[in-house]
Amino acid sequence: MALPAYAGWGERLWYYTFRFICFLIFLFLIAPILIVLPLSFNAEPYFSFTPGMLSGDPEAYSLRWYKDILINGMANPEAQTGWWTDVWNNAQWVRSMRNSFFIGVIATIIATTLGTIAAVGLSRAEMPYKKTIMAFLISPMIVPLVITAAGTFRAFSEFGLAYTHIGVILAHAVLGIPFVIITVTATLVGFDNSLVQASYSLGATPVRTFFKVQMPLILPGVISGALFAFVVSFDEVVVVLALGSVEQRTIPRQMFSGIREQISPTILAVATILVIISIALLATLELIRRRGERLRGLSPS
Amino acid sequence: MADTANVEIDDKLLKKRLDKALFKNRSRAFLLVLPLLLFLLVAFIGPILYFLSHGFIDKTFAALMPQTTEALSEWDAVSDPTEEMFAAVVADMVVARKNKTIGRVATRVNRDKPGTRSLFTSSARKAAKLEAPFSESLPAVKKDWNDIEVWQAMKTASRQYTLGYYAAALDMKVNADGSFERQDEKRRIHMTLLLRTMQISFLVTVFCLALGYPVAYLLATLPARTSNLLLILVLLPFWTSILVRTTAWIAMLQAQGVVNDLLVFFGMTPDDARFSLIYNKTGTLIAMTHILLPFMVLPLYSVMKGIPPSYVRAAKSLGANNWTAFWRVYAPQTIPGIGAGALLVFIVAIGYYITPALVGGQDGTMISNIIDDHMRKSLNWNLAAALGGVLMVIVMVLYYVYDRIVGIDNMKLG
Repeated sequence: MALPAYAGWGERLWYYTFRFICFLIFLFLIAPILIVLPLSFNAEPYFSFTPGMLSGDPEAYSLRWYKDILINGMANPEAQTGWWTDVWNNAQWVRSMRNSFFIGVIATIIATTLGTIAAVGLSRAEMPYKKTIMAFLISPMIVPLVITAAGTFRAFSEFGLAYTHIGVILAHAVLGIPFVIITVTATLVGFDNSLVQASYSLGATPVRTFFKVQMPLILPGVISGALFAFVVSFDEVVVVLALGSVEQRTIPRQMFSGIREQISPTILAVATILVIISIALLATLELIRRRGERLRGLSPS
Repeated sequence: MADTANVEIDDKLLKKRLDKALFKNRSRAFLLVLPLLLFLLVAFIGPILYFLSHGFIDKTFAALMPQTTEALSEWDAVSDPTEEMFAAVVADMVVARKNKTIGRVATRVNRDKPGTRSLFTSSARKAAKLEAPFSESLPAVKKDWNDIEVWQAMKTASRQYTLGYYAAALDMKVNADGSFERQDEKRRIHMTLLLRTMQISFLVTVFCLALGYPVAYLLATLPARTSNLLLILVLLPFWTSILVRTTAWIAMLQAQGVVNDLLVFFGMTPDDARFSLIYNKTGTLIAMTHILLPFMVLPLYSVMKGIPPSYVRAAKSLGANNWTAFWRVYAPQTIPGIGAGALLVFIVAIGYYITPALVGGQDGTMISNIIDDHMRKSLNWNLAAALGGVLMVIVMVLYYVYDRIVGIDNMKLG
């Protein structure tokens, strides 16, 4: 909405004021995330800028907190041989990173598989009780996490699943499902059903039709649903707090106790890495979206 | 005649076949959803119902003190305790001490009448040596056994199905005769917390609307290329870990943090009187607004994008000034977006846990935090379940409203 040439001074003033207000709001949104980056290179164990950092003194910056991510928890950081094996097996952050990825990937696979199949069923015109079932499937997103955590802990302990990887994975799969359902059904809304009928009339079985006709077209939705499900698991801490022991420590869990117990700039270094990961995820998602729009014959916007 | 009959039969047959085919299609669609439904039932809905049932059911006392429970069931809660009841208590305490369960019994009764914990543990130690008549020998150990309120508390505790925890969650207490009464003013902590949770959620929703509306408006009116770039500034926080954002706000808002440094630098506050912006309600409000803002911007943006710019132009050509054109023509069309965003933000805010736990301090904690406290620290799962039930009812009502107004299938992500 450009300013028209005939705009009076009052209109001009409001136009620039409004833009300035919006600038401040964007600053509010993005500044905290950006502030983490320089602070993570702090040479001192503080959460704030030192005078040295502000004056641009290279001495005031260091990589010590990034090194700390690797070293913290190692059996023998001074050892000459087997340093990386030690990091892989013992460093706290590396272990939580491994847990996060392991739990996240398997939970995503469960959520995406079950969610995609269900979304295909839900998008059929003849699906009975569609709204009610949809409301059920979305509910893990709405129910407060504390209640989900308490419920799964109580019930899973009866079956010996509390404090196990399986327990955390199952709970995270549940939390990822709404996101898969939402993204995949959104892609299926624009799906041309005559393609399926054409495939049937040419003699394809339903399974073959699904993999050869439907799947390639809804794939962008499935992938972005999977990414959402992964991020949900990767970022989840309340369920891990209840269901997980030290063996199931994930990155958010480690950050949570780090913030509560001994707050050190290592957390900022980890945060920086996580911000970079989320930028990568966002970029992937945008590429998928554009590809999906091209595939379905829409001009990318 | 024969022809019509045939047609009729054909009609019926056809209808039957059609029904059969439709049924087959319906069940095929349903079968696709079934695995997920079963999975959610086992791993989500079942567990939650099981947890919430603890708010109504408490078998601790009845299971550990069976004879007492039976004796108490015939007691009218007003007359003096009988010899039978004393005998039952002594017999149960002997067993409970042997099984090392007396501590759990004591904790259970203590919830209904605070200060009775040691009465049980110390009496149980001597219970085995007591002799009849127990109505004299037991009070000789501890004279509190003559206090009728102890017996009333035991009667309340002996009920397996109880509304006591829900009453406690709403700051009431159940008397031995089953009537409800409000707690003393000093002990009304849960309602205070519930109200504070509502207040924080409401304020966060208002802040999100105030900040989200201009941004969504700007995004919707800018050319697509620019608005897509700016949208990244909204989506990046959305995709960044909540813990990262909470950490970032600690770095921003703490006493030696960036915001306070800037305020001191510009001379808005003296160096020795920095604002305390974190570990209190202010911190919770700021961090939660930041975290939930994308939930407001995205639905608003998608509604505003669908409003044709020609409407405002038409209003202006008919003589409306900018102010009137915006408030009378544009703003009413954004109400669905406001409803969707506000409800979503409020629903998510009311059950929020992480941010209040990390930056909330004393006056910034919410209902989720006290539920967690009861599970982890005081190990009172029943009260946690009752509080969870209260929270669940609020959230479900809002979810229902959301479904009616916005429609679950209209929920969009990014």
